[in-house]
Amino acid sequence: MITRRLFAGGIDRRVLTVILLLLAAAVIVPVLHLAVPPSSPFHVPNYIVALTGKYLTYALLALALDLVWGFCGILSLGHGAFFALGGYAMGMYLMRQIGTRGVYGNPDLPDFMVFLNWKELPWYWYGFDQFWFAAIMIVLVPGALAFVFGWFAFRSRVTGVYLSIITQALTYALLLAFFRNDMGFGGNNGLTDFKDILGFNVQAPGTRAALFAASACALAFALAVTAFLTTSKFGKLMIAVRDAESRTRFIGWRPENVKLFAFVASAVMAGIAGALYVPQVGIINPGEFAPANSIEIVVWTAVGGRGTLVGPVIGALMVNGAKSWFTGVLPEFWLFALGGLFIAVTLFLPKGVVGAYDQWRRSRRDRAARKAGRPPAGEEPTPGTNDVQATPSSSVRSGPSSGGAEPQPAE
Amino acid sequence: MTFLRVLAMILTAFCAAAVSPAQADDAALRGIIAKFAETGNYSQTRAIVAELAASGDPAVAGVLNALADGDVHVRTSDNQVFITKDAGKITRVFDPLTGEALGEEPKNLFEKVKVNNSLRRAVRDALSSLTLGSADPAKRLQAARTMFASPDAASIEALDAAIGKERDAGVKAALEAARAASVLISDLPDDEKRGAVERLGARADRETLSLLKAFAERSKGDLKAAAERAVSSIESGLAFWAAAQNVWYGVSLGSVLLLAAIGLAITFGVMGVINMAHGEMVMIGAYTTFLVQEVIRGTAPWLFDWSLAIALPLAFLAAGAVGLAIERGIIRFLYGRPLETLLATWGVSLVLQQTVRTIFGPTNREVGNPSWMSGSFQLGELAITWNRLWIVVFALAVFAALLYIFNRTAWGLQMRAVTANRRMAASMGIRTPWVDAFTFALGSGIAGIAGVALSQIDNVSPNLGQGYIIDSFMVVVFGGVGNLWGTLVGAFSLGILNKFLEPYAGAVLGKILVLVVIILFIQKRPRGLFALKGRAVEA
Repeated sequence: MITRRLFAGGIDRRVLTVILLLLAAAVIVPVLHLAVPPSSPFHVPNYIVALTGKYLTYALLALALDLVWGFCGILSLGHGAFFALGGYAMGMYLMRQIGTRGVYGNPDLPDFMVFLNWKELPWYWYGFDQFWFAAIMIVLVPGALAFVFGWFAFRSRVTGVYLSIITQALTYALLLAFFRNDMGFGGNNGLTDFKDILGFNVQAPGTRAALFAASACALAFALAVTAFLTTSKFGKLMIAVRDAESRTRFIGWRPENVKLFAFVASAVMAGIAGALYVPQVGIINPGEFAPANSIEIVVWTAVGGRGTLVGPVIGALMVNGAKSWFTGVLPEFWLFALGGLFIAVTLFLPKGVVGAYDQWRRSRRDRAARKAGRPPAGEEPTPGTNDVQATPSSSVRSGPSSGGAEPQPAE
Repeated sequence: MTFLRVLAMILTAFCAAAVSPAQADDAALRGIIAKFAETGNYSQTRAIVAELAASGDPAVAGVLNALADGDVHVRTSDNQVFITKDAGKITRVFDPLTGEALGEEPKNLFEKVKVNNSLRRAVRDALSSLTLGSADPAKRLQAARTMFASPDAASIEALDAAIGKERDAGVKAALEAARAASVLISDLPDDEKRGAVERLGARADRETLSLLKAFAERSKGDLKAAAERAVSSIESGLAFWAAAQNVWYGVSLGSVLLLAAIGLAITFGVMGVINMAHGEMVMIGAYTTFLVQEVIRGTAPWLFDWSLAIALPLAFLAAGAVGLAIERGIIRFLYGRPLETLLATWGVSLVLQQTVRTIFGPTNREVGNPSWMSGSFQLGELAITWNRLWIVVFALAVFAALLYIFNRTAWGLQMRAVTANRRMAASMGIRTPWVDAFTFALGSGIAGIAGVALSQIDNVSPNLGQGYIIDSFMVVVFGGVGNLWGTLVGAFSLGILNKFLEPYAGAVLGKILVLVVIILFIQKRPRGLFALKGRAVEA
């Protein structure tokens, strides 16, 4: 029924391809990793599985940001906070699984608490020894924070750069808070030294392959959900709020509710991404809350193409691949490259790689059509490009009243 | 002998601090000291002590103190006078004037210069006349303070004499406090002590507080009550000073925030552009100061006190030029797309940071304080450092200058016109692109001179700007844009709020609370404290 609904809504072929690719990867990569002997050219080595698994969680995070930024016009500079909160929830579960195998061998308290001379587990750590509880928290904590924050922010019509700045302040405040030892989240060092997840060794190849598969499936599922969301009536409403918030309000909709829903859904996705990320990298520390990290998420989405569904996925994979390459080969040039990427994307690729590709293809087709003597408008629309065409050029403007490329006073 | 030791301490401090004119008489003093070798009885020794005291040179304190302790010895072989310290079988030998260690020698080579109690009293009088009787009021004040810090009942007489002679009101008060402190530990009658408690109750510092608390514990009856009253009055006085200190720290932090945020407020207010590279403009200003100081150190060290004055215009120009380049090169293509401007300027900030890191290295660079900015002075119980004070003054001066530019010049008028209604301004013949460009350059230049000021109190490193950017945004958001007064009020109120929260909540939690307060505040006034009134509909 859902599939029919999706197709009826016109799920784009491109998204479907990516979903199928991801599902295929979720099967093939673990098989190649586990079943094929290391001598074979088809063997996928350990580090590739870990690295791509990490990238897939980043892609999920970028997709979450795209939902609010690309489709709802809310540029959140604090999405790293939701990611990190999901990660901490998972980290707490993993910490409790260590049990007596820690350095101090305390069955209840994680090592850092013993080290800080804590006598008993703080109340907010209760329940994290159960996976189901941690799983609920992974969804609930980022969602609740996003709900409270969004409820305050959207209701009082904090928009545009103001909203961006206070989301940045939010993650900054959490960064400072999690650095404190008294918070009971390991302070500076964060949570690490994980041993087991659901009874399997975190380091084992099988577990890593399973985590990779889980990340790929989660991303595929999230793509399907966002595709469903954005093509539904609610998706049209989100785009309306993005392009003309006042007009939407005057027609009789409640933009704040639309935004709140999108924001909470996005935060939950980010939290799940964080929870998948932590067991794969083996550590979560307050550095994940750093405002710079959150802005990097924005560039993944921007490079891939916001307002498209596959864009953020491609962007996250591309930028992080480049980052791994640069930090290996030319470590001091990575920040130059990243900075340049920010500037180049905003100046030359406002719709990202995917948007630019579509534009290039459209203009080529128009030219071909003109050559053939047919009017370009009569071109049958390819379903695959629907998504981008539905994004009018005003999507990159701040709003309809700006009426052109001129500065707006911050009023 | 505490008293003597204290005096000796003061005196040696003076010796170290300044080359006294009496140093020329080093040989003469050695001549007097050498006479200790020939002394046969106490009265001769006393005459030598008087002679030493008459020299008025604090350098003799060491030998006088040693004499009173029975540590002055004569080497029998060559009749040389030394200060010695007993160390078992051998004895350690020191120069009588400089106190320099001269080595270890067998004990039996030395003969002690004998002292009795009346001679000790003479030594003490000589020592106190050297300090309390000094012609320099600063020395007398220092002596009085040291005696207050370690009171001695034996010194009351000397203090009484000094109080009688004292003309300088400040020194007199210090002497009286020292006397009162000495009275408390003496065995004088209760009436004297009551007077002393009252005398001390008028002061408000921690030393007096602990002194009186200790006294209240060991005294009885109404004397105890009086002491407790004095304690509570001092405590309330201290609370006042603690509050004053918080306000001062808050003002100091606020002035830093003001400097960092005001350029941001201008660009944001006029152009609606969030400049994430603003912090890097501050950094450029700080590095300009570093370069200027490097050049001065290399070529003209005598100019060092002027280095900041030279760095100011250069930093303004350097940061302003970079700002102009950013505006012309990037931002003007992104007008009307504030969120993307934010991202592009973030990219610029990364590039600038990495450039500076490549050129100057990732470590902190040393920027010196000119002499007029180092040190501090005391205001009541408040220690105010000169560099903080100058930064407050400087921030207010910058603010006044900007206010003048905004309200009294043609350029300011144009800026205000563009802020109020861009299209109308354009149709009146104002070249809005140029107003934008120069406003951006101005905002960046202000950030540059903020960097000159911040180089005096912060580490000059490539990350310098990062530390200020979020706080600056908070100031702008809190104060409201397009209004310089909003930035002023925002900066100072956030600074003071921060410093008042810190003692209760700790530095980090205080900062978090401030952020939460701002987030809640935005709910109430989404456009800040001093929002521009206008008819524009939010997009």
